[in-house]
This record gives sequence, C-alpha cells and structure tokens, in this order.
Amino acid sequence: MLTYKVEPKGAVSPGISTCQGCMIDVIFRNALDVLGEDTVLVVPPGCAAQFSGCGPEASVTVAGIQGNLENSAAIASGIANGYKHQGNDHTTICVIAGDGGTVDIGLQSLSGAMERNENILYICYDNEAYMNTGVQGSSSTPLAASTTTTPAGKPVNSKDLFRICMAHNIPYAATASIANIPDFRRKVQKAKDIRGCRVIHIMSPCPTGWGYKSAKTVEVAREAINSGAWLLLEYENGRLTISKKPTALGQVESYVRMQKRFKGASDEAIAALSAHVCERYTYMEKLTQIMA
Amino acid sequence: MAVKMFDGNGAAVEAIRLARPGVIAAYPITPQSSIAEHLADCVAEGKIDAEYVRVESEHSAMSVSIGACLTGVRVATATASVGLALMHEVCGVTAGCRVPIVMPVVNRSLVAPWSLWCDHSDTMAERDTGWLQFYASTVQEILDLQLCAYRISEHEDVLTPSMVCFDGFYLSHSMQRVDTPSDEEAWDFVGPYVRKNMYLDPKDVMFINDLCPTVEHTEMKYQQKVGFDKAAGVAKDVFAEYEKRFGRKLSAVESYRLEDAEVAVVTIGSMSGTGKYVVNQLREKGIKAGLLRICMFRPFPAEEIREALQNVKVIGVMDRSSGLGAFQGPVCSEVKAALLGTSCQVYDFIGGIAGRDISDGSFRKIFGMLTDAAAGKELAGTTWFDVREDAMNLREVEMPC
Repeated sequence: MLTYKVEPKGAVSPGISTCQGCMIDVIFRNALDVLGEDTVLVVPPGCAAQFSGCGPEASVTVAGIQGNLENSAAIASGIANGYKHQGNDHTTICVIAGDGGTVDIGLQSLSGAMERNENILYICYDNEAYMNTGVQGSSSTPLAASTTTTPAGKPVNSKDLFRICMAHNIPYAATASIANIPDFRRKVQKAKDIRGCRVIHIMSPCPTGWGYKSAKTVEVAREAINSGAWLLLEYENGRLTISKKPTALGQVESYVRMQKRFKGASDEAIAALSAHVCERYTYMEKLTQIMA
Repeated sequence: MAVKMFDGNGAAVEAIRLARPGVIAAYPITPQSSIAEHLADCVAEGKIDAEYVRVESEHSAMSVSIGACLTGVRVATATASVGLALMHEVCGVTAGCRVPIVMPVVNRSLVAPWSLWCDHSDTMAERDTGWLQFYASTVQEILDLQLCAYRISEHEDVLTPSMVCFDGFYLSHSMQRVDTPSDEEAWDFVGPYVRKNMYLDPKDVMFINDLCPTVEHTEMKYQQKVGFDKAAGVAKDVFAEYEKRFGRKLSAVESYRLEDAEVAVVTIGSMSGTGKYVVNQLREKGIKAGLLRICMFRPFPAEEIREALQNVKVIGVMDRSSGLGAFQGPVCSEVKAALLGTSCQVYDFIGGIAGRDISDGSFRKIFGMLTDAAAGKELAGTTWFDVREDAMNLREVEMPC
C-alpha cells in the first residue's frame, strides 16, 4: 500500500535527484503520464534507478522492480507472461533503461524478448555512455567522443539499435528526442496501443558526461536532429518512415563544438563522423523506399 | 498413487506438472535438457496449462521466472552446471526478493576443463546464495523432495527458493520405479500458489528491490537468515505430513547403522546407496561401520548431524567437489563445524569429480583408511581418494629453453 510523503503531480515524485539539466525525469514523467496507472515499471541499476527510490521510499507511484543491469527485458517478459497466464491483457509492462543496459550488457535479453515478440514496451534513454558510473564509453558513444574509457576519442562508430530492432521484425520501433516531447508522447501512446514487443529509443543528452551548460540540453538535442546525428524514425508493420530530412544533414560541426567530449577530436575525425551521419541517413532513406 | 517409470529428469518434470506452474522458462543444458524439452511437450500437449518462455539463456530463465512469480503465479525452471553459474547473479535476486521458486538442478561439473559429467561443484558454489538445497539419492526422492520443496519454500515463514539437486546421469538418466501421487493427491498436498509479501500489482503498488541503504541492509539479510532458521522446522513438518499422506519417510539427514558405529562416512547424493551396500558388507565382517547421508544441505542440519555422529570415533566425509584452496571441502568443513567440541576425528575425502565413479571399491578403500585411523594410524586431513598416480604428468609441456 502506497502512502505519500509528498503528493506528486503525475506518477513521479518531485525532487528527483537527477543531475541538473538531465531530461530523464521528463522522459519518465511523460511516459508514465501517457501510460497511466495500469503500468508496471522495470528499471535496471543506473541513472534510471533513481526512479525506483531508496529504502522504503519509492520515487514513482506505479508498481515496479529494479532488476539487474542486463536482464530488464527478461524480467519484463516474465511479468508479461505472468499477467497473460492470469488473463490480464491490459497492464503495460514498461522497461526504461539506459544505453548500457540496452545496447551493451542488456542486448542479449532484449534480443530474446524481441525475437519472442514479448508483450512489453522497452524505452531506452540514450545518453551515449555509462553516465551513472562516471562517463565510461558505451557502444552508443559516437565516433571521436571522449569518455573516461575512450580518453583519446572513441575510434569506432556507435552501434545502431534501431536497425537491430528492425532486424527482429518487432511490430513497433521508434526513435525520439527530448527536444520533441509531443512527438515522444505520440509514440508512447502508439506503442501503448500495440501488442507485442515495442521499442522506443530516445536521445537524452547528458550535461555531466557530454560537457555543456545544463541549460543547453534541449538545444544540444535539437542540433543533433538538425545535423542528422540523431534521426527521428518509426518502424511499424514492416515499414520504415523518417519524420523529416535534417535541415543541415552532415553538418555536425556546430553540434560537436557545443560539447567538451569532442574537444580533442581532429578535423579528420569530425569529417568521418559527418560522413557516417550522411551514410546512415542515405541508408535509412533507401530502406524507406524498399519497404514502401 | 501409481507406480510409474521415470528417469531423474522425468521425475522432476512430473513433480513440476503436479505443481501446475503458470509460467515455465528453461534453457536446455546437458544433462538437464530433457527437462526443458519435456516441459515444452507438456505445454504443447495441454498437460500443463502454462506459458512456455523459450529464453535465450539461463540468466534470462531465472529473470523471467522472478518476474512471472512476482505477478502471483507458480513458475518452473531447471538448470545444471555452467547454466547455474550463469544464473548466479539472479539467484541472489530470487533469494533476496523472497521469490519462492523451486528449481531442479542436475549436478554437473563446472568448467574448466570441460566435462559433461557429475560432480557437485555447481551447486556447492551456490551454497551461500540464499537458496535451500536438497540433494536426492534416488529418482523417487527427486519427486518427493520437489513436491515438499514447494510447501517449504512457499511457507510464509520461509519464503526462500529451493534447489532440488540430483546427480547428472547417475540419477538424471537412470530409469527407476517411482511411486507417484495422482494429480488430485499431489494438488491436495502442494496447493495453489499464493503470493505473499512482495508482488507486482498495479492495484496494490510497491517498488521491489530498490537501493537499500546500509542502515537497513543488514536487517534485510537477517530476515533471510531467519527464513532459513524457520525452514528447518517447516521442512520437518512438511516431511512428516508427506510421510503420513504418501508413506515415504524424508528427513534432513538419514542415519544408516550408526547406533554403535565406530567408523562412518558422510555422503550426499547418489553415492549413498553404494555406501550403504559397503556398510552392510563390513558389518558382516564384524566392522562397526555406519553412514550418514545429508539430504538437506541448506539450511545445514548441524544439530541432527551432531546427534547422529557424536559417538562415532572416526568419520570420513565425502566431498564430490574439489573445494580448491579451502582447508577442506565444503561438506567436510561444515560437518566438522557441527561436531565442534566432540572427540570425533573427521577426515575429508575428495573424489568422484566430473563423473568418476564412486564405487563400492572406493568406499572399501575409504573405510580401510578410517579403520586404520581408528587403530591409531596417521591419516591426512584431506585425501583425494581416486586421483591417478600420473596426475602431475597430464598435459605436461616441454619448455623450449
């Protein structure tokens, strides 16, 4: 039985101790607002674990469990099957996990859940490194970005979670950005109404790890979209759509110069990053034509 | 009650079927594979009304089981060897979140070197994870212990998961006759799963397994310890009820011809029958030999062991795992601790590793050493009783220098 210390507006308690300028709490608030009370949340340890709370105090008003770093999708699968067996087809089982718990250590269990088409909604907030443990590189860290485990800049491009999701033929996958919350809410609503395994991959810039002033998070996220470093995509019923062509495709300079993590990046590295961004967009555009 | 023929894995599947799980998640691994397969058959044929989750690893098998059980259904999974090792992290979650899962574990050696065959290194490595552990000595006992384990694990004073351990191939693939309760008799004993304490329900909200501060963590562990303390008594009651209903006696430890014994071995698992056979042979020769079989290893039945062995002069404890780096193997260490303050001489015998047979010859050899020790001959604290003489020459590589 839940008793309130502080009556929250919505499902997330006020005063969550995320870093200043972090938008993860906006992601949680909006996702849970759209999903409603009939939701069970699964979070791994990491930045998201702040929403599970500490000791006897929870930070959200929905039921949930903190699992291990790599098994969010498996725990969610178990919950979904338990409810299915008991005839509950209405509760949304929602994972909210970071890029580490999703594309690295958690990829195996997510792949299993996607292949089995488990009835879960998996939201990955991507801050492009292991931020909670002190900004170590992840497979979402982009080329040339410096982290505490890629101090000279990451020598390879990031892993493409969205293409991995498409390769599993799940009923719904989408990317989103904290720079466009209405779009994120629409995608969460759409995902809520679909049965089977649904994945939403949302970019969430991290002022602490990326090195920019905490007031600039939305601006940085917007610049990622403008340059094509982050694409807004939707994959539904086997069809891919790109919401709009980036206004300054491949022009990543202004995006990277906003962030200290690219400070040491050479012109060649930035050019390679730009080329990767353009190639990925071209590839996705061709896919939309093939799938049409 | 009907007489059926099962191998060990078949008996485990039958017990699971009788307990009517709602969700099954298992990943096949030798020698457990036929459990994962036959559970899938049972679901496909409608013999078990459950969701079968074809997971991609043992780690996910246990994770799925935890999630499903917390929604309020009984779950089933099973594993062996490195599969259990992969589960290790999540086994701690099961125990700490007080999720009362009952899991058959088919004992098989841990790598390296690779082996497909039986020893207890897999479950002994899990002995402090917070699970009850039962070791079966026959196929019949696999079914009996598993049915009892549901009652013990799910008891509100216990709420602690169980491993029902049995020896790979020796039991898992050995066909034996099994007195099997009817579906109704078994259901009347096991009963439906009732969620207690922690659960995931959108209408009765709680957040499970969040960060626990240091000021509370010791207390949470203490609650688990009390669960183990209570489990000993609950097991006794459940075993007594089982005997009353089905006529088969189960106990934490089994004493065999120990009343006037001067030398005894302590066994665990399928080796026990061979040990009893040798005890009978020695008794015919006038040697006062006896045997104590440990069936319930967690919670460790220290008092029962002390009571059964305190008047035995010389005791040999069988450890079917290497206990590398330890002063003595895990079973011996604990038996010795239970006998603290007695005048018993306790020696460790390590062997039967990776499927090496613990034969009647092995027991005769060990009893020989024990009777020599009783007569005053010096005996090492730990003996690898079946190690080959050329052990140090295996895989020897000549260095080029």
